[in-house]
Amino acid sequence: ADIISTVEFNYSGDLLATGDKGGRVVIFQREQENTDRPLSRGEYNVYSTFQSHEPEFDYLKSLEIEEKINKIRWLPQQNAAHFLLSTNDKTIKLWKISERDKRAEGYNLKDEDGRLRDPVRITGLRVPVLKPMDLMVEASPRRIFANAHTYHINSISVNSDCATYLSADDLRINLWHLEITNRSFNIVDIKPPNMEELTEVITAAEFHPQHCNLYCQTRCWFHLELCLLSAVFEEPEDPSSRSFFSEIISSISDVKFSHNGRYMMTRDYLSVKVWDLNMEKRPVETYQVHEYLRSKLCSLYENDCIFDKFECCWNSGDSTIMTGSYNNFFRMFERDSRRDMTLEASRESSRARAILKPRKVCTGGKRKKDEISVDSLDFNKKILHTAWHPTDNIIAVAATNNLYLFQDKVN
Amino acid sequence: MFVRGLKRKCFDGEEDIEGTLAGIKAIPSYNLQRQSLLDMSLVKLQLCHMLVEPNLCRSVLIANTVRQIQEEMTQDGTWQMINTQSTGQASLDRLVSTDILCRSSREQAEGKHVPGYGTFNKDFEGGQGQDSSETMSTASSVQAPRNLQSNMWEMENSQESKGNFQKSLDQIFETLENKSPNSVEDLFSEVDNSYYDLDTMLTGMMSNTKMGHCDGLETFSSPTNTTSNSNCKSDLNELDHIVEILVES
Repeated sequence: ADIISTVEFNYSGDLLATGDKGGRVVIFQREQENTDRPLSRGEYNVYSTFQSHEPEFDYLKSLEIEEKINKIRWLPQQNAAHFLLSTNDKTIKLWKISERDKRAEGYNLKDEDGRLRDPVRITGLRVPVLKPMDLMVEASPRRIFANAHTYHINSISVNSDCATYLSADDLRINLWHLEITNRSFNIVDIKPPNMEELTEVITAAEFHPQHCNLYCQTRCWFHLELCLLSAVFEEPEDPSSRSFFSEIISSISDVKFSHNGRYMMTRDYLSVKVWDLNMEKRPVETYQVHEYLRSKLCSLYENDCIFDKFECCWNSGDSTIMTGSYNNFFRMFERDSRRDMTLEASRESSRARAILKPRKVCTGGKRKKDEISVDSLDFNKKILHTAWHPTDNIIAVAATNNLYLFQDKVN
Repeated sequence: MFVRGLKRKCFDGEEDIEGTLAGIKAIPSYNLQRQSLLDMSLVKLQLCHMLVEPNLCRSVLIANTVRQIQEEMTQDGTWQMINTQSTGQASLDRLVSTDILCRSSREQAEGKHVPGYGTFNKDFEGGQGQDSSETMSTASSVQAPRNLQSNMWEMENSQESKGNFQKSLDQIFETLENKSPNSVEDLFSEVDNSYYDLDTMLTGMMSNTKMGHCDGLETFSSPTNTTSNSNCKSDLNELDHIVEILVES
């Protein structure tokens, strides 16, 4: 199994798509209610697997384009088929996933095994009939949106109008129509005339869930921009905590609108911040994800961990937020009660039906039993990608090349 | 804790890390740390440069960090250090050497010096024959990011020059390793704890009155490494840019 690079539930939550470093997309489907197995609801099984992107070679620049899937975004379902957008560094593809559970039999011109019948032998005419067959899930590429990004695509986001979507790379954001592949509109371009003057890149962009003319973009220094209203959200820097790493750790790695569209959440290296769309001066809430790493920033800079890009997500009611950390830990914050929890995604602690035990990192002093010290954390085990079911309390957590699914205890 | 890292030795007992947060003793240690951070950043940028398609976000962040250090060192350079040469000399020996910047033969022939740093330059060049491994990547290379950036992001360089540069970098490290183990240890003689405390220290230092001095300034010399020089010759395209910085053209 390859390293998982993106995780995304569809709008109903019945399907969960993962993309990996090898360019594959694996879609899981939720088990339906089954009276024989009442506890089976909530289980996800593999529904479809297909190769979305292949490695390519750019002959002009003499470099290889990675097939790694950076993002997957589902389209709202409009008919029996499912559509999703998947992107690597350069090319976005629209995939149609459809089911086939019937097969036509009784053709006039060909046999059951497909061979053409000798016309001389055909004596009568019959109407082919549909017979049930084993379910087959087909994935077919419907559109390929290529050659619009010079730099690496980091975000795609479908508009609430379901007809357009945006794609963002390090320096530009393009707007596409889903039907048109040979043209896109450039709506943001921060490339300086002289690349020597480059001091910032775009790190994420997302459309507002309801307002089709509203989107936000984030930069590598703490800069959150709500566009089309031209509002810039920026928290004033605390001069006493400034260090050489301040800019790096304030770089926003992910941004998500809340489901109700009233808030935005940003993830930087050490914290998650919730912003009210009506207040640009400062975030309304700040949650420390792993503050104990602040004293280790130099080491983390040296081993490049400081550049890790963590994602964050909202639960359906926008009351809880979740984000990943190191050592296969992930964190949950309840906004009202301000309670927070650290959980671990690991084989040992994740037997089926087992209840996750909260974990704790010892930040100093005597280490209690069951606590883990900061120096024992495994920085190779990072949870960068997480997703929350749109309506239920089911979460998907990608730990390197394993996907974990957790849900609320079933009563 | 480390995904990958360098083997380090503890500082010898003479330098007390805890005591470096205040007083004159803090000055060489802070600059040592800052110089090490700068060196690390420059190596990272150089390695980015060698990638066919570097991660732009990471490169920009590292380049901004280097710029930030440069600005601070430039500001500090206006202050006089109380203990000049002797302390500077001592800290010189302990600075991490990442001699990836070579002087081109052209620059050597022209005998250019970084303006304003001439005095120290001569001292350094006098001693360089003895221990060419302990050259510094130099803070003058802080201006390198600009040109490195444009090189890197415009991807102008051919694969061949990249390959040669990689070779020269490897040979430099090989040269360093062939020296006596002690000097190699010295090169990487940084304490883990010092890195952990670097942030605290730097934060503390920056919020206090600036204790500027010429230590950072004195590291602005142009290094020469005859061993690696011949290997760098073949990579003039990239080194030209760096040379320009060294002579502050």
